[in-house]
Amino acid sequence: MSEPADGAVSAYTVRLELVDEPGELLRALDPIANNGGNLLSIFHERGSLTPRGHIPVEVDLEATPERFETIVTALRDAGVNVIQAGAERYGEELSVVLVGDLVETDLSDTLSRVEYASASVADVALSAPAGTNKPASARLRLATQTGERDRALDTVRKVADEKDLLLVEPLVGADR
Amino acid sequence: MKLAIVGCGAVGSAVAELAGEYGHHVTALADSTSATVDSDGIDIAAALERKAEGQGVGTVDIDRALDAEYDVLVEATPTTLGDAEPGFSHVRHALERGSHVVLANKGPVAERYGDLRAAERESEGRVLFEAAVGGAIPVLSTIADLGPGNVTAVRGVLNGTANFILSRMSAEGLEYDHVLAEAQDLGVAETDPTFDVEGTDAALKCAILANVLGKGETTLADADVTGITDLTPSALDLATDDGRTVRLVGEVVDGDEGCAVRVGPRLVPENGTLAVTGTQNIVQLETRHAGQLNLSGRGAGGRATATAVLGDVGRLS
Repeated sequence: MSEPADGAVSAYTVRLELVDEPGELLRALDPIANNGGNLLSIFHERGSLTPRGHIPVEVDLEATPERFETIVTALRDAGVNVIQAGAERYGEELSVVLVGDLVETDLSDTLSRVEYASASVADVALSAPAGTNKPASARLRLATQTGERDRALDTVRKVADEKDLLLVEPLVGADR
Repeated sequence: MKLAIVGCGAVGSAVAELAGEYGHHVTALADSTSATVDSDGIDIAAALERKAEGQGVGTVDIDRALDAEYDVLVEATPTTLGDAEPGFSHVRHALERGSHVVLANKGPVAERYGDLRAAERESEGRVLFEAAVGGAIPVLSTIADLGPGNVTAVRGVLNGTANFILSRMSAEGLEYDHVLAEAQDLGVAETDPTFDVEGTDAALKCAILANVLGKGETTLADADVTGITDLTPSALDLATDDGRTVRLVGEVVDGDEGCAVRVGPRLVPENGTLAVTGTQNIVQLETRHAGQLNLSGRGAGGRATATAVLGDVGRLS
Protein backbone atom coordinates (compact mmCIF):
# COMPACT_ATOMS: atom_id res chain seq x y z
CA MET A 1 0.00 0.00 0.00
CA SER A 2 1.49 3.32 -1.03
CA GLU A 3 1.36 6.42 1.14
CA PRO A 4 -0.59 9.37 -0.26
CA ALA A 5 1.58 12.37 -1.16
CA ASP A 6 0.27 14.41 1.79
CA GLY A 7 0.10 11.44 4.10
CA ALA A 8 3.02 12.20 6.39
CA VAL A 9 2.87 10.40 9.69
CA SER A 10 1.85 12.58 12.67
CA ALA A 11 1.34 11.98 16.35
CA TYR A 12 -2.21 11.87 17.66
CA THR A 13 -3.77 11.67 21.08
CA VAL A 14 -7.00 9.80 21.59
CA ARG A 15 -8.96 9.97 24.82
CA LEU A 16 -11.11 6.97 25.49
CA GLU A 17 -13.58 5.99 28.15
CA LEU A 18 -13.48 2.34 29.07
CA VAL A 19 -15.84 0.24 31.12
CA ASP A 20 -14.06 -1.38 34.04
CA GLU A 21 -14.15 -4.94 32.71
CA PRO A 22 -11.47 -7.49 31.76
CA GLY A 23 -10.37 -7.30 28.13
CA GLU A 24 -11.69 -3.78 27.57
CA LEU A 25 -8.28 -2.20 27.02
CA LEU A 26 -7.26 -4.85 24.50
CA ARG A 27 -10.54 -4.42 22.66
CA ALA A 28 -9.77 -0.71 22.39
CA LEU A 29 -6.23 -1.19 21.13
CA ASP A 30 -7.04 -3.74 18.41
CA PRO A 31 -8.64 -1.23 15.99
CA ILE A 32 -5.51 0.89 16.28
CA ALA A 33 -3.03 -1.88 15.46
CA ASN A 34 -5.29 -3.43 12.81
CA ASN A 35 -5.53 -0.14 10.89
CA GLY A 36 -1.85 0.73 10.68
CA GLY A 37 -1.51 2.92 13.75
CA ASN A 38 1.79 2.85 15.61
CA LEU A 39 1.17 2.91 19.38
CA LEU A 40 3.44 5.33 21.23
CA SER A 41 2.06 5.27 24.75
CA ILE A 42 -0.95 4.35 26.79
CA PHE A 43 -1.76 6.40 29.84
CA HIS A 44 -4.25 5.06 32.27
CA GLU A 45 -5.14 7.58 34.96
CA ARG A 46 -5.30 5.29 37.91
CA GLY A 47 -8.03 5.90 40.39
CA SER A 48 -9.80 8.58 38.42
CA LEU A 49 -13.17 8.04 36.82
CA THR A 50 -15.02 10.00 34.18
CA PRO A 51 -18.36 11.59 35.18
CA ARG A 52 -20.06 8.49 33.80
CA GLY A 53 -18.04 6.31 36.14
CA HIS A 54 -15.81 4.93 33.42
CA ILE A 55 -12.03 4.78 33.26
CA PRO A 56 -10.27 7.47 31.23
CA VAL A 57 -7.44 6.22 29.04
CA GLU A 58 -5.24 8.32 26.86
CA VAL A 59 -3.50 6.78 23.90
CA ASP A 60 -0.73 8.40 21.88
CA LEU A 61 -0.18 6.99 18.44
CA GLU A 62 1.39 7.73 15.07
CA ALA A 63 -0.46 7.40 11.79
CA THR A 64 -1.11 9.17 8.53
CA PRO A 65 -4.15 11.48 8.62
CA GLU A 66 -6.17 9.01 6.50
CA ARG A 67 -5.32 6.04 8.65
CA PHE A 68 -6.06 8.03 11.78
CA GLU A 69 -9.61 8.72 10.56
CA THR A 70 -10.05 5.02 9.82
CA ILE A 71 -8.81 4.18 13.33
CA VAL A 72 -11.28 6.55 15.04
CA THR A 73 -14.13 5.14 12.94
CA ALA A 74 -13.05 1.59 13.74
CA LEU A 75 -12.89 2.39 17.46
CA ARG A 76 -16.40 3.81 17.43
CA ASP A 77 -17.63 0.84 15.38
CA ALA A 78 -16.15 -1.45 18.01
CA GLY A 79 -18.27 0.31 20.63
CA VAL A 80 -15.39 2.14 22.29
CA ASN A 81 -16.32 5.59 23.58
CA VAL A 82 -13.92 8.10 22.01
CA ILE A 83 -14.08 11.32 23.99
CA GLN A 84 -11.59 13.16 21.93
CA ALA A 85 -9.36 12.52 18.98
CA GLY A 86 -6.99 14.99 17.44
CA ALA A 87 -3.55 15.67 16.11
CA GLU A 88 -2.83 17.96 19.01
CA ARG A 89 -0.89 16.47 21.81
CA TYR A 90 -1.27 18.07 25.20
CA GLY A 91 0.63 21.22 24.47
CA GLU A 92 -0.07 23.36 27.51
CA GLU A 93 0.06 22.94 31.22
CA LEU A 94 -1.53 25.03 33.87
CA SER A 95 -1.57 24.90 37.62
CA VAL A 96 -4.37 26.09 39.85
CA VAL A 97 -4.81 26.10 43.61
CA LEU A 98 -8.20 25.52 45.20
CA VAL A 99 -8.92 26.46 48.81
CA GLY A 100 -11.97 25.55 50.85
CA ASP A 101 -13.93 22.55 51.97
CA LEU A 102 -12.52 20.21 49.36
CA VAL A 103 -13.53 16.96 50.99
CA GLU A 104 -17.08 18.00 51.78
CA THR A 105 -17.53 19.23 48.22
CA ASP A 106 -16.29 15.93 46.77
CA LEU A 107 -12.78 16.37 45.44
CA SER A 108 -13.00 13.40 43.09
CA ASP A 109 -16.12 14.87 41.49
CA THR A 110 -14.25 18.15 41.11
CA LEU A 111 -11.40 16.33 39.37
CA SER A 112 -13.70 14.34 37.09
CA ARG A 113 -15.47 17.44 35.93
CA VAL A 114 -12.20 19.17 35.16
CA GLU A 115 -11.04 16.08 33.25
CA TYR A 116 -14.19 16.03 31.23
CA ALA A 117 -13.37 19.50 29.94
CA SER A 118 -10.52 18.37 27.72
CA ALA A 119 -7.93 18.63 30.45
CA SER A 120 -5.95 15.83 31.96
CA VAL A 121 -5.21 16.13 35.65
CA ALA A 122 -1.49 15.42 35.62
CA ASP A 123 -0.86 15.91 39.30
CA VAL A 124 -2.76 16.64 42.50
CA ALA A 125 -1.17 17.85 45.71
CA LEU A 126 -3.45 18.09 48.70
CA SER A 127 -2.81 19.89 51.94
CA ALA A 128 -5.26 19.54 54.79
CA PRO A 129 -3.93 20.80 58.12
CA ALA A 130 -4.51 17.89 60.49
CA GLY A 131 -6.83 17.92 63.45
CA THR A 132 -8.59 21.15 62.58
CA ASN A 133 -11.64 22.30 60.75
CA LYS A 134 -9.55 24.65 58.70
CA PRO A 135 -10.02 24.75 54.96
CA ALA A 136 -7.95 22.40 52.85
CA SER A 137 -6.06 23.31 49.73
CA ALA A 138 -5.20 21.42 46.58
CA ARG A 139 -2.87 22.22 43.75
CA LEU A 140 -3.88 20.73 40.42
CA ARG A 141 -1.56 20.51 37.47
CA LEU A 142 -3.62 20.25 34.33
CA ALA A 143 -2.43 19.29 30.89
CA THR A 144 -4.57 20.67 28.10
CA GLN A 145 -4.38 20.56 24.37
CA THR A 146 -3.05 23.62 22.63
CA GLY A 147 -5.81 26.18 22.47
CA GLU A 148 -7.94 24.41 25.07
CA ARG A 149 -6.42 26.17 28.04
CA ASP A 150 -9.14 28.80 28.37
CA ARG A 151 -11.88 26.22 28.11
CA ALA A 152 -10.29 24.10 30.84
CA LEU A 153 -9.85 27.15 33.06
CA ASP A 154 -13.45 28.19 32.51
CA THR A 155 -14.59 24.80 33.73
CA VAL A 156 -12.43 25.06 36.84
CA ARG A 157 -13.93 28.51 37.49
CA LYS A 158 -17.44 27.17 37.15
CA VAL A 159 -16.84 24.20 39.45
CA ALA A 160 -15.06 26.38 42.04
CA ASP A 161 -17.86 28.93 41.96
CA GLU A 162 -20.53 26.28 42.35
CA LYS A 163 -18.74 24.61 45.26
CA ASP A 164 -17.80 27.91 46.88
CA LEU A 165 -14.07 27.21 46.64
CA LEU A 166 -11.48 29.93 46.34
CA LEU A 167 -9.68 29.51 43.03
CA VAL A 168 -6.15 30.82 42.62
CA GLU A 169 -5.66 30.98 38.88
CA PRO A 170 -2.43 31.15 36.99
CA LEU A 171 -1.79 34.52 35.44
CA VAL A 172 -2.16 34.33 31.70
CA GLY A 173 0.42 36.13 29.64
CA ALA A 174 2.64 37.34 32.45
CA ASP A 175 6.39 36.85 32.63
CA ARG A 176 6.81 35.54 29.16
CA MET B 1 1.13 77.74 40.59
CA LYS B 2 -1.33 78.42 43.39
CA LEU B 3 -2.74 75.28 44.91
CA ALA B 4 -5.86 74.62 46.96
CA ILE B 5 -5.62 71.29 48.72
CA VAL B 6 -8.83 69.61 49.84
CA GLY B 7 -8.26 66.60 52.07
CA CYS B 8 -5.54 66.63 54.66
CA GLY B 9 -4.70 63.00 55.30
CA ALA B 10 -1.32 61.44 54.52
CA VAL B 11 -1.40 62.55 50.87
CA GLY B 12 -2.94 66.03 51.26
CA SER B 13 -0.59 67.02 54.06
CA ALA B 14 2.46 65.67 52.19
CA VAL B 15 1.48 67.71 49.11
CA ALA B 16 1.20 70.79 51.37
CA GLU B 17 4.62 70.14 52.88
CA LEU B 18 6.38 69.53 49.55
CA ALA B 19 4.61 72.13 47.39
CA GLY B 20 7.09 74.92 48.25
CA GLU B 21 10.02 72.76 47.23
CA TYR B 22 8.40 72.34 43.80
CA GLY B 23 7.93 76.11 43.45
CA HIS B 24 4.21 76.27 44.22
CA HIS B 25 2.18 78.21 46.79
CA VAL B 26 -0.59 76.64 48.81
CA THR B 27 -3.34 79.25 49.05
CA ALA B 28 -5.95 77.03 50.67
CA LEU B 29 -5.95 73.86 52.72
CA ALA B 30 -9.03 72.02 53.95
CA ASP B 31 -9.63 68.91 56.02
CA SER B 32 -12.98 67.30 56.78
CA THR B 33 -14.06 69.96 59.27
CA SER B 34 -12.36 73.24 58.47
CA ALA B 35 -10.12 75.24 56.14
CA THR B 36 -7.46 77.90 56.10
CA VAL B 37 -7.10 80.37 53.24
CA ASP B 38 -4.48 82.98 52.36
CA SER B 39 -3.88 84.23 48.83
CA ASP B 40 -0.24 84.99 49.73
CA GLY B 41 0.34 81.40 50.81
CA ILE B 42 -0.78 79.78 54.05
CA ASP B 43 1.52 78.84 56.90
CA ILE B 44 1.67 75.09 56.26
CA ALA B 45 3.61 74.17 59.38
CA ALA B 46 1.17 76.02 61.62
CA ALA B 47 -1.87 74.47 59.92
CA LEU B 48 -0.49 70.93 60.17
CA GLU B 49 0.44 71.50 63.77
CA ARG B 50 -3.11 72.54 64.59
CA LYS B 51 -4.27 69.36 62.93
CA ALA B 52 -1.76 67.26 64.84
CA GLU B 53 -3.15 68.74 68.05
CA GLY B 54 -6.55 67.44 67.14
CA GLN B 55 -8.07 70.66 65.87
CA GLY B 56 -9.05 71.46 62.30
CA VAL B 57 -6.37 72.80 59.94
CA GLY B 58 -8.02 76.22 60.07
CA THR B 59 -10.92 78.19 61.37
CA VAL B 60 -13.02 78.89 58.30
CA ASP B 61 -15.57 76.82 56.43
CA ILE B 62 -14.43 74.25 53.82
CA ASP B 63 -16.30 76.08 51.03
CA ARG B 64 -13.93 79.01 51.52
CA ALA B 65 -11.08 76.79 50.32
CA LEU B 66 -13.01 75.81 47.18
CA ASP B 67 -13.69 79.49 46.43
CA ALA B 68 -10.18 80.70 47.23
CA GLU B 69 -7.69 81.99 44.69
CA TYR B 70 -5.94 79.03 43.04
CA ASP B 71 -4.84 77.63 39.68
CA VAL B 72 -5.08 73.96 40.62
CA LEU B 73 -7.39 72.17 43.04
CA VAL B 74 -5.72 69.12 44.59
CA GLU B 75 -8.52 66.70 45.52
CA ALA B 76 -7.19 64.35 48.18
CA THR B 77 -10.29 63.49 50.20
CA PRO B 78 -10.91 59.80 50.98
CA THR B 79 -12.14 57.64 48.10
CA THR B 80 -15.89 57.06 48.15
CA LEU B 81 -17.88 54.68 45.97
CA GLY B 82 -21.05 55.19 43.95
CA ASP B 83 -21.62 58.92 43.47
CA ALA B 84 -18.01 59.56 44.60
CA GLU B 85 -19.09 62.47 46.78
CA PRO B 86 -18.03 64.89 48.11
CA GLY B 87 -14.96 64.54 45.88
CA PHE B 88 -16.88 64.78 42.62
CA SER B 89 -18.59 68.06 43.60
CA HIS B 90 -15.25 69.56 44.60
CA VAL B 91 -13.86 68.69 41.17
CA ARG B 92 -16.89 70.06 39.32
CA HIS B 93 -16.78 73.27 41.33
CA ALA B 94 -13.14 73.88 40.38
CA LEU B 95 -13.74 73.06 36.71
CA GLU B 96 -16.78 75.35 36.54
CA ARG B 97 -14.60 78.27 37.53
CA GLY B 98 -11.99 77.29 34.95
CA SER B 99 -9.36 75.89 37.32
CA HIS B 100 -7.36 72.70 36.82
CA VAL B 101 -7.87 69.65 39.04
CA VAL B 102 -5.38 67.04 40.20
CA LEU B 103 -6.91 64.04 41.92
CA ALA B 104 -5.41 61.61 44.39
CA ASN B 105 -8.97 60.49 45.16
CA LYS B 106 -9.88 57.44 43.04
CA GLY B 107 -13.66 57.73 43.43
CA PRO B 108 -14.57 60.28 40.71
CA VAL B 109 -12.21 58.68 38.16
CA ALA B 110 -13.24 55.09 38.82
CA GLU B 111 -16.96 55.60 39.43
CA ARG B 112 -17.93 58.66 37.35
CA TYR B 113 -15.43 58.86 34.52
CA GLY B 114 -18.00 59.97 31.93
CA ASP B 115 -19.28 62.79 34.15
CA LEU B 116 -15.72 63.80 34.99
CA ARG B 117 -14.66 64.07 31.35
CA ALA B 118 -17.90 65.88 30.46
CA ALA B 119 -17.24 68.49 33.16
CA GLU B 120 -13.66 68.83 31.88
CA ARG B 121 -14.82 69.36 28.29
CA GLU B 122 -16.91 72.35 29.34
CA SER B 123 -14.07 73.87 31.31
CA GLU B 124 -10.84 75.62 30.49
CA GLY B 125 -9.29 73.54 33.22
CA ARG B 126 -7.81 70.06 32.81
CA VAL B 127 -8.07 67.00 35.02
CA LEU B 128 -5.09 64.77 35.86
CA PHE B 129 -4.95 61.85 38.31
CA GLU B 130 -1.59 60.06 38.17
CA ALA B 131 -1.64 59.63 41.97
CA ALA B 132 -4.84 57.58 41.82
CA VAL B 133 -3.07 54.55 40.30
CA GLY B 134 0.09 53.05 41.75
CA GLY B 135 1.11 55.97 44.00
CA ALA B 136 4.48 57.28 42.89
CA ILE B 137 4.73 54.93 39.90
CA PRO B 138 4.26 56.88 36.65
CA VAL B 139 1.66 54.55 35.16
CA LEU B 140 -0.80 56.96 33.56
CA SER B 141 1.82 59.29 32.15
CA THR B 142 3.58 56.28 30.61
CA ILE B 143 0.29 55.15 29.04
CA ALA B 144 -0.28 58.70 27.77
CA ASP B 145 3.19 58.70 26.22
CA LEU B 146 2.71 55.30 24.60
CA GLY B 147 -0.76 56.26 23.41
CA PRO B 148 -3.67 54.40 25.07
CA GLY B 149 -4.44 52.64 21.79
CA ASN B 150 -1.00 51.03 21.84
CA VAL B 151 -1.54 49.39 25.23
CA THR B 152 -3.31 46.05 24.91
CA ALA B 153 -3.28 44.88 28.53
CA VAL B 154 -2.29 46.09 31.96
CA ARG B 155 -1.76 43.81 34.92
CA GLY B 156 -0.16 44.42 38.23
CA VAL B 157 0.10 44.30 41.96
CA LEU B 158 -1.70 47.48 42.91
CA ASN B 159 -2.32 47.18 46.61
CA GLY B 160 0.57 47.32 49.06
CA THR B 161 -1.43 46.15 52.07
CA ALA B 162 -2.62 42.96 50.37
CA ASN B 163 0.85 42.36 49.00
CA PHE B 164 2.44 42.81 52.42
CA ILE B 165 0.02 40.28 53.90
CA LEU B 166 0.55 37.72 51.12
CA SER B 167 4.31 37.98 51.12
CA ARG B 168 4.46 37.67 54.94
CA MET B 169 2.07 34.71 54.98
CA SER B 170 4.11 32.99 52.32
CA ALA B 171 7.53 33.69 53.86
CA GLU B 172 6.58 32.87 57.47
CA GLY B 173 3.80 30.32 57.05
CA LEU B 174 1.51 32.44 59.21
CA GLU B 175 -2.28 32.61 59.17
CA TYR B 176 -4.06 35.51 57.49
CA ASP B 177 -5.50 36.93 60.75
CA HIS B 178 -2.10 36.90 62.41
CA VAL B 179 -0.39 38.77 59.57
CA LEU B 180 -3.28 41.23 59.27
CA ALA B 181 -2.93 42.12 62.97
CA GLU B 182 0.81 42.57 62.47
CA ALA B 183 0.20 44.81 59.43
CA GLN B 184 -2.23 46.89 61.48
CA ASP B 185 0.37 47.29 64.25
CA LEU B 186 2.90 48.45 61.68
CA GLY B 187 0.44 50.91 60.15
CA VAL B 188 0.56 49.04 56.83
CA ALA B 189 -3.10 48.04 57.15
CA GLU B 190 -5.93 50.24 58.32
CA THR B 191 -8.22 49.40 61.23
CA ASP B 192 -10.85 48.49 58.66
CA PRO B 193 -8.79 46.76 55.96
CA THR B 194 -11.80 45.75 53.83
CA PHE B 195 -10.99 48.01 50.88
CA ASP B 196 -7.51 46.55 50.58
CA VAL B 197 -7.96 42.85 51.37
CA GLU B 198 -11.24 42.39 49.49
CA GLY B 199 -9.61 43.73 46.33
CA THR B 200 -11.80 46.86 46.10
CA ASP B 201 -8.89 49.30 46.04
CA ALA B 202 -7.06 47.33 43.33
CA ALA B 203 -10.30 47.06 41.33
CA LEU B 204 -10.85 50.84 41.49
CA LYS B 205 -7.35 51.35 40.12
CA CYS B 206 -8.04 48.85 37.36
CA ALA B 207 -11.32 50.59 36.52
CA ILE B 208 -9.36 53.84 36.16
CA LEU B 209 -6.85 52.09 33.88
CA ALA B 210 -9.70 50.66 31.80
CA ASN B 211 -11.23 54.14 31.50
CA VAL B 212 -7.94 55.58 30.38
CA LEU B 213 -7.45 52.83 27.78
CA GLY B 214 -10.85 53.84 26.39
CA LYS B 215 -13.77 51.91 24.87
CA GLY B 216 -16.67 52.76 27.10
CA GLU B 217 -16.91 53.55 30.76
CA THR B 218 -15.83 51.06 33.39
CA THR B 219 -16.75 51.24 37.07
CA LEU B 220 -16.19 49.03 40.09
CA ALA B 221 -19.48 47.28 39.33
CA ASP B 222 -18.03 45.98 36.02
CA ALA B 223 -15.05 44.35 37.72
CA ASP B 224 -14.80 40.69 38.70
CA VAL B 225 -13.23 40.92 42.16
CA THR B 226 -11.96 38.29 44.62
CA GLY B 227 -10.01 39.18 47.75
CA ILE B 228 -7.35 37.38 49.74
CA THR B 229 -9.15 36.78 53.04
CA ASP B 230 -9.78 33.08 52.36
CA LEU B 231 -6.17 32.22 51.55
CA THR B 232 -4.37 29.88 53.91
CA PRO B 233 -0.68 29.24 54.62
CA SER B 234 -1.10 25.70 53.26
CA ALA B 235 -2.40 27.02 49.94
CA LEU B 236 0.62 29.32 49.73
CA ASP B 237 2.90 26.38 50.54
CA LEU B 238 1.41 24.38 47.67
CA ALA B 239 2.17 27.26 45.35
CA THR B 240 5.73 27.56 46.65
CA ASP B 241 6.33 23.80 46.19
CA ASP B 242 5.56 24.36 42.53
CA GLY B 243 7.96 27.31 42.13
CA ARG B 244 5.16 29.83 42.33
CA THR B 245 3.71 32.29 44.75
CA VAL B 246 0.37 34.05 45.12
CA ARG B 247 -0.20 37.74 44.51
CA LEU B 248 -3.36 39.83 44.39
CA VAL B 249 -3.25 40.79 40.73
CA GLY B 250 -5.43 43.24 38.86
CA GLU B 251 -5.86 42.74 35.13
CA VAL B 252 -7.25 45.01 32.46
CA VAL B 253 -7.53 43.37 29.09
CA ASP B 254 -8.58 45.36 26.06
CA GLY B 255 -11.23 43.39 24.20
CA ASP B 256 -13.66 43.98 21.35
CA GLU B 257 -16.44 44.97 23.71
CA GLY B 258 -14.52 47.22 26.04
CA CYS B 259 -12.02 46.39 28.72
CA ALA B 260 -12.43 43.39 30.99
CA VAL B 261 -11.36 44.04 34.58
CA ARG B 262 -10.48 41.22 36.96
CA VAL B 263 -8.87 41.26 40.38
CA GLY B 264 -8.03 38.16 42.36
CA PRO B 265 -5.28 36.03 43.86
CA ARG B 266 -3.14 34.61 41.05
CA LEU B 267 -0.27 32.17 40.80
CA VAL B 268 2.85 33.91 39.55
CA PRO B 269 6.42 32.57 39.20
CA GLU B 270 8.09 32.83 42.60
CA ASN B 271 11.01 34.88 41.36
CA GLY B 272 9.12 36.47 38.49
CA THR B 273 8.65 40.13 37.79
CA LEU B 274 5.23 40.34 39.40
CA ALA B 275 6.27 38.68 42.66
CA VAL B 276 7.17 41.95 44.37
CA THR B 277 7.41 41.73 48.15
CA GLY B 278 6.21 43.88 51.03
CA THR B 279 4.32 47.04 50.19
CA GLN B 280 5.89 47.39 46.73
CA ASN B 281 3.61 47.73 43.73
CA ILE B 282 4.26 46.78 40.12
CA VAL B 283 2.46 47.51 36.90
CA GLN B 284 3.08 45.53 33.73
CA LEU B 285 2.01 47.03 30.40
CA GLU B 286 1.61 44.97 27.24
CA THR B 287 2.14 47.19 24.23
CA ARG B 288 1.64 46.75 20.51
CA HIS B 289 5.06 47.95 19.44
CA ALA B 290 7.24 48.03 22.51
CA GLY B 291 6.74 44.64 24.10
CA GLN B 292 6.30 44.47 27.84
CA LEU B 293 7.06 47.36 30.17
CA ASN B 294 7.40 46.84 33.92
CA LEU B 295 7.07 49.77 36.31
CA SER B 296 7.53 49.22 40.00
CA GLY B 297 7.90 51.27 43.14
CA ARG B 298 5.98 52.67 46.07
CA GLY B 299 2.28 52.38 45.48
CA ALA B 300 1.19 54.20 48.61
CA GLY B 301 2.42 56.51 51.34
CA GLY B 302 1.97 60.24 51.75
CA ARG B 303 5.17 61.54 50.23
CA ALA B 304 5.36 58.94 47.46
CA THR B 305 1.82 59.71 46.34
CA ALA B 306 2.35 63.47 46.79
CA THR B 307 5.21 63.17 44.29
CA ALA B 308 2.74 61.95 41.66
CA VAL B 309 0.32 64.79 42.54
CA LEU B 310 3.07 67.38 42.18
CA GLY B 311 4.17 65.77 38.92
CA ASP B 312 0.67 66.38 37.56
CA VAL B 313 0.75 69.97 38.84
CA GLY B 314 4.02 70.41 36.96
CA ARG B 315 2.39 69.14 33.76
CA LEU B 316 -0.28 71.82 34.11
CA SER B 317 2.18 74.66 34.57
